[in-house]
Amino acid sequence: MNYSDTSIAATTAFLSLENVRKTYPGVVALDGFSMEVRPGEVIGLVGENGAGKSTLMKILGGVTTPDTGTITVDGAAHNSLTVEGSLGSGIAFVHQELNLFENLDVAANIFFGREPLRAGPLKLVDRARLRTMVAPLLKRVGANFSADTQVADLSLAQQQMVEIAKALSIKARLVILDEPTSSLPIAETDKLLDVIKALKADGISVIFISHRLHEVERVADRVVVLRDGMLAGTLGKRDINHDQMVKLMIGRMLKEREKASEAARAPGAVALAAKAIQTPSYPSRPVDLDVRRGEILGLAGLVGSGRTELARVFFGIDASLGGTLELDGKPLALSSAADAVAHGIFLVPEDRKLTGILLDLSIAQNISLPNLPAHAKRSLVSASAETATAEKQKKDLGIKAPSVQTRTGTLSGGNQQKVVLGKWLAMNPKVMILDEPTRGIDIGAKAEIYGLMRALADAGVAVLMISSDMEEVIGVSDRIAVMHEGQISGILDKDQFSQENVLLLAVGKQPR
Amino acid sequence: MSKKDLGLLILILVVGAIVAIINPRFLLPINLANTSNLIGLFGILSIGQAFVIITGGIELSVGSLVALLGTLFIDFIAVRGMGWPVALVLILVLGAIIGLAHGWLITRLKLQPFVVTLCGLLIYRGVARFYTADGTAGFAFGQNFPDLEFLTAGRSWGVPNSFFALIVIAIVMWVVLHRSVFGRYLYAIGKNEEAAKYSGIRTGRIVMAAYVICGVLTALSAIYFAMYTRSISPASHGQFYELYAIAAAVLGGFSLRGGEGSLIGVILGTVLLQELQNLVNLLGIPSSLNFAVMGGVILIGVLVDQQWGVFRARRRMIDASRKTMAGAPAE
Repeated sequence: MNYSDTSIAATTAFLSLENVRKTYPGVVALDGFSMEVRPGEVIGLVGENGAGKSTLMKILGGVTTPDTGTITVDGAAHNSLTVEGSLGSGIAFVHQELNLFENLDVAANIFFGREPLRAGPLKLVDRARLRTMVAPLLKRVGANFSADTQVADLSLAQQQMVEIAKALSIKARLVILDEPTSSLPIAETDKLLDVIKALKADGISVIFISHRLHEVERVADRVVVLRDGMLAGTLGKRDINHDQMVKLMIGRMLKEREKASEAARAPGAVALAAKAIQTPSYPSRPVDLDVRRGEILGLAGLVGSGRTELARVFFGIDASLGGTLELDGKPLALSSAADAVAHGIFLVPEDRKLTGILLDLSIAQNISLPNLPAHAKRSLVSASAETATAEKQKKDLGIKAPSVQTRTGTLSGGNQQKVVLGKWLAMNPKVMILDEPTRGIDIGAKAEIYGLMRALADAGVAVLMISSDMEEVIGVSDRIAVMHEGQISGILDKDQFSQENVLLLAVGKQPR
Repeated sequence: MSKKDLGLLILILVVGAIVAIINPRFLLPINLANTSNLIGLFGILSIGQAFVIITGGIELSVGSLVALLGTLFIDFIAVRGMGWPVALVLILVLGAIIGLAHGWLITRLKLQPFVVTLCGLLIYRGVARFYTADGTAGFAFGQNFPDLEFLTAGRSWGVPNSFFALIVIAIVMWVVLHRSVFGRYLYAIGKNEEAAKYSGIRTGRIVMAAYVICGVLTALSAIYFAMYTRSISPASHGQFYELYAIAAAVLGGFSLRGGEGSLIGVILGTVLLQELQNLVNLLGIPSSLNFAVMGGVILIGVLVDQQWGVFRARRRMIDASRKTMAGAPAE
């Protein structure tokens, strides 16, 4: 391999993997995979879901033993790592799902289980020393919060900083960030990327796993692409760009992305109208918003700007504290999600596993759930009616599963999301609200979900898409509404679309 | 019938066989009839509890309710001269109202089921004792209700009618739990209430309905218990019955987190519990050890079930890896 374009190439690797192979019953998760990580190097690790990224992480974390291959950490060669060995040699993980105790403060989280103790038999925590130990760590990650803040009060990005500070506290030499930005809005993402740069400056290596390729583009010194458990290719600093990564990830070039130059659609009639709606999280900031038939209205903004809260009011989960909703020009009173569903207002929620589907139920049972009485005779459930509905959705949406009786918990994220969509598409949507519909979903499935949203809009459905992914918002929407601190700070038409304009509105400034 | 239920059935038969060998009196018609009567009474109670547990809730007040509603029933027909069909309907409606109140406190005011029903346990016991002035509710000498007594404490072809009542209720409730839209909603709510709500299910109403069903079945069993004992001292009548019902559900494969369990399971759980009670009596084990035996068996049962699950999961993985290896040379 040739790293001639980086100055770090000369130094020896902190970590190297050679010919690592790992099989699970029925699948080869990693096949002859090799890579190196040098001190102070930021590696972008990309690949579709199922490409082998998580297996690789498990091997590095010492959770799983590879079948064959060598792992060299800091000059010492191993056949496999143990959890203690991995930690001891300075490999730290920051997982997508954060492992923090929300009810404890920042300092307690960072040194959990390793608290400095006062002398004496009671082993009380030495809080003063704890604070002095935490301060420099927080400074290094550029934290703008104090050590005695409750973790529950921090934003997601701040919580990730706590995780990184925790990694630094064990003198980490390699920090592995697994999808750290997938739930972060733009401004917070920038902060996190700055932290990565600071780590790099301190000589700490970083493996940055992300589906958000433009972020990888911004911070990575080198990009390692996994495909089907194999190394699909490595890109040096100069070759890192979006199209190259995608090409390696899927093994071919994606079709030219839909150009924004499409003929502007004639706006349809207003389907759902919010008039001075007050959400419980921003009661003093009334929201006015129209969602039209046949359009995809993108709802952008920072996390915490009140987008999800607005969607919850539209779906009847939360009651509005004031103002009115209108559906097709008629006043609409919602006291529960059941009311919204009865009116054809459907929500694909942000948290798929918690609110989107029931992991323990089958695909068919999930799809029939909102419309079960229609799948029943004399209020007894008809399994054949359920199966028929589910089979149709499985075929239409291309849900990959052995059968519609398969438990949804065993499906991949993309297929789970299709089940959520399927349960609503099997009914008659008037207004479809999608909250971060492609989070954690691989590129192939993303494109399919965009296609579905467009098909819905073309069929006259009003589509409201909440997204923190800038490329997605700009690429998919017909109009973009941007929220800032509970209010709509502006609405952009197609000819005003730009990342800059969305960002300006998101932070409460005027677009150019 | 699931494998779990089948395992429980085999356990019941094995224990029965062992007891019968040690003490043949186990198989005497009179003993079997008595035991099946108790299975009938506790079975009706346990089915009610099962509907609440499936939603992830718990109903701790049923023992006290058995005392209160039983006392009221006897008082209505023996002292106040009410016709028994009227009294029966009244008691069932009362059970439904109490269930509705519990459900309302839990779903609308967001109180925890444990707390609400624990308060119920204390309140109903206290009210029952106050109502009889800490005395005993019973029938006067020579007071007879032939139809009611036949339906509750009587026998047909040597089998207690309470057992037939259980079978009818079990069949109806099996259909409700395993085949109806309502039953599916109960499972969905038990597995994940939020996701059920986001699917447009009116979860509050469904959970409330579960508590109403529990209240009605508890009221019915209270009448059966009252007619079985014929005299009630509210200070002790029905004590710990909620635990019998919960134990039957847990033995029958219910998870206290909700969303798991079958109607056959809870019936078999009841049968096993009553068999154990019977075993204590017949094998000459000191009756003071009664609870200890029950507790021990439940603990072992739950442990075996859990370990069996782990074992099966492991074997599935080994099987799967064998299959891939066997398939490999063919490629």
